[in-house]
Amino acid sequence: MTSVDPATRRARELVRAGLARVAPGPDLDALDDGDDFRDALELDSLDFLSFVEHLARSAEVRIDEDDYPRLRTVRDAAAFLVAAGVG
Amino acid sequence: MSAATDPAVDPAAATARSTYREALREALREALRADERVFLMGEDVGRYGGCFAVSLGLLEEFGPERVRDTPLSESAFVGAGIGAALGGLRPIVEIMTVNFSLLALDQILNNAATLSHMSGGQLAVPLVIRMTTGAGRQLAAQHSHSLEGWYAHIPGLRVVAPATVADARGMLAPALASPDPVLVFEHAGLYATEGDAGGAAVGLDGAAVRRAGTDVSLVTYGGMLPTALAAAEHLAGEGTSAEVVDLRSLRPLDEDTVLASVRRTHRLVVVDEGWRSGSLAAEVAARVAEHAFYDLDAPPERVCSAEVPVPYAVHLERAALPAVDDVVAAARRTVG
Amino acid sequence: MPSLGADMDAGTVVEWAVAPGDRVRRGDIVAAVETEKSVIDVECFEDGVVERLLVPVGTKVPVGAPLAVIATDRSGPTDAPSADQQAPAPHPRATPPVRQFAKRHGLDVADLPGSGHDGTVTRADVRAALEAPAPSPAPAPSPAPAPSSAPAPARLPITPYARRLAAERGTGAEALRPGPDGVVRARDVPDGPSASAPTPAREVVAPAEEPPPRATSDGMRAAIAARMNRSLREIPQYHVDAVIELGAALEGLRERNRRAAVTERIVPAALLLVAAARAARRVPALNGHWVDGAFAPSPTVDLGVVVSLREGGLLVPTIPAADELTLPEAMTALRDAVTRARAGRLRSSDAVDASITVTDLGETGGHAVHGRIFPPQVALVGFGAIVRRPWAEGDLLGVRPTVAATLTGDHRATDGVVGGRFLHVIDDVLHDPEEWS
Repeated sequence: MTSVDPATRRARELVRAGLARVAPGPDLDALDDGDDFRDALELDSLDFLSFVEHLARSAEVRIDEDDYPRLRTVRDAAAFLVAAGVG
Repeated sequence: MSAATDPAVDPAAATARSTYREALREALREALRADERVFLMGEDVGRYGGCFAVSLGLLEEFGPERVRDTPLSESAFVGAGIGAALGGLRPIVEIMTVNFSLLALDQILNNAATLSHMSGGQLAVPLVIRMTTGAGRQLAAQHSHSLEGWYAHIPGLRVVAPATVADARGMLAPALASPDPVLVFEHAGLYATEGDAGGAAVGLDGAAVRRAGTDVSLVTYGGMLPTALAAAEHLAGEGTSAEVVDLRSLRPLDEDTVLASVRRTHRLVVVDEGWRSGSLAAEVAARVAEHAFYDLDAPPERVCSAEVPVPYAVHLERAALPAVDDVVAAARRTVG
Repeated sequence: MPSLGADMDAGTVVEWAVAPGDRVRRGDIVAAVETEKSVIDVECFEDGVVERLLVPVGTKVPVGAPLAVIATDRSGPTDAPSADQQAPAPHPRATPPVRQFAKRHGLDVADLPGSGHDGTVTRADVRAALEAPAPSPAPAPSPAPAPSSAPAPARLPITPYARRLAAERGTGAEALRPGPDGVVRARDVPDGPSASAPTPAREVVAPAEEPPPRATSDGMRAAIAARMNRSLREIPQYHVDAVIELGAALEGLRERNRRAAVTERIVPAALLLVAAARAARRVPALNGHWVDGAFAPSPTVDLGVVVSLREGGLLVPTIPAADELTLPEAMTALRDAVTRARAGRLRSSDAVDASITVTDLGETGGHAVHGRIFPPQVALVGFGAIVRRPWAEGDLLGVRPTVAATLTGDHRATDGVVGGRFLHVIDDVLHDPEEWS
């Protein structure tokens, strides 16, 4: 985790900040970047929608429903953001 | 079957605390024992023990001749009670609620109240009719009204409203001894109240000062006595000394006690669960205005139920009934 | 204290959102109230000005107890001359023709006293104003007579007792000064012992203090336990279930969401909720309450929505008249209700008694839920996770997204066939885009 590039680090922070908006707490602190956060944090569809909303706003990217499968883990989501030009 | 403690024979138990309901039952038991002409009848008074459990156990103790379940016809069994009284018995008739007593109003008004007068005193109707009155149990508009004032309007009847456990215990014996029909109004909210049962018979006549005070007279009766006493307690905390007068007898009215109180305090608040228009509260206020006008230092106040059929919903029912706060507010207005 | 649920007897005021002098409108949040289950924001029933707060923070009062005094626009604050209709109301009421009529004659209805219902200015009021010699409104009379300013001295109100005392003591009328309420009483008659010295009533105005405590999860568990025990004890319940194919419905949603901004997107849960609400309208035997041994149908579909809380427990806010909502409206209502429930800040309008309740396990939950009815309701609708299942269509087998819909019914009120019909209607609605798109 020490060798990640700045864009990925920033994207990762955005993803975690978005998750913190809908599911703050110890579960989030214990979440690994490779965990499926919808399962780990027990996000329902409304929580997930809120997360997407926060993420789209803070990262200033458009996130379509078709992109949702790429937002399962913190790592995937960060990669998605980087691919979308965040960083 | 008889209860272990019997206030009639056990002096130690005579001053024991009891509930209003138990006090009524003891009074019935005592009356049934004391005089074999006495019997109880009404809907569900026997096997069921009374709709409000007042006569629970009396059927087993005194048998079906003395504790009689009647058909659901107030007119018929009140009429039968009048006949029995004319024939020399001492009937106690229970009517489930004052609302249902209207079915027997013809018997009560046109027969029970009139026969002594119409016979030039040759006929007496020594009948006691007990009935439940009042609201506060979410029984809605057909089981909750306070129509004591209507009965108190009728010459030829005596109307009493025991508000304390001691009165519940002690009013039955003098009521049975009266040659005139006596209506006893038991407020449903009082059945579970506790107090000192006394044990001795109390008089039917006369109001009682339940709490002495100097600044305002709270005149009330029946189920509103606890409300008036609570209001007096609250007022005491504000520095206002309220006197609480319990009318006890609604016909005849003990005018003297009320007037004497108002002459001391110069202010009157009448607390009456009945509707304001044409109420007992109106009668009390009118008599004070007639006879103590020059002693009044504020317009008389009345705290009565809202003029609606008593609502079912619990918060609406509460809102419709006189509450402690209403009494306190009225008393504050009188002291200015 | 409003009734915020069928089981509520009393509530504790934990926060005041308004203070005396604030103007409030119907629907504004005025206070937060803690019940056994949660903290609920109480909405105001009236337009007006907050005059007094009657219940201090931290005080528990029964349902029906007044919480505050609001001077409505038609009553005016009580310290103003309320009987006087001359005081112009902030929003004068008049029908448009009357306004026109007044305007034609150079008058504004705001300046006129209204004699109609609730102070409405009528045509007759306008005519009276036209015929009156001087249109300038009279100054509002003060409740206490002020001898210096009154052209003709008003008769001094003096109580009979004070009059008698004054006569006995030989006190002349000029020596009598009325008390604060403008009445001469015994204590105002000089040279006499005052009858009593009542202390002024103390009014307690509660300052808004510490932030509201949240209902403990113990209290919530106890409330859930009580409700569910009652459900199990009182209600003979039956269960029916059906697997409903969602391919076309979800495709329709996807199309719609593809064009939509994130904030406009609709989750499948909202669609299921709409379907359940429409089904409740079409199968009224399941929409209502079991009261005193009989079913009482509800005229509206007030949909309870089970919201599980992250820290455990659940709340069931109600979406009133849910069957009349369009899909986007239902999405907004669902999102708002869930947000408020999760924030522990339900409003009194969320606490309307529901006529039927829906529980939706969501995407990550189990495949089907066989829930318990919330008494006195007679049905509970459950949706499991949306799952891809093998699906036969004609003679072909495919893989489709599906949901297991369940219905728990009160067997006293209905039989299984009604529950089956209900699920069938849900299926119909979900397959009929006209119904919901």
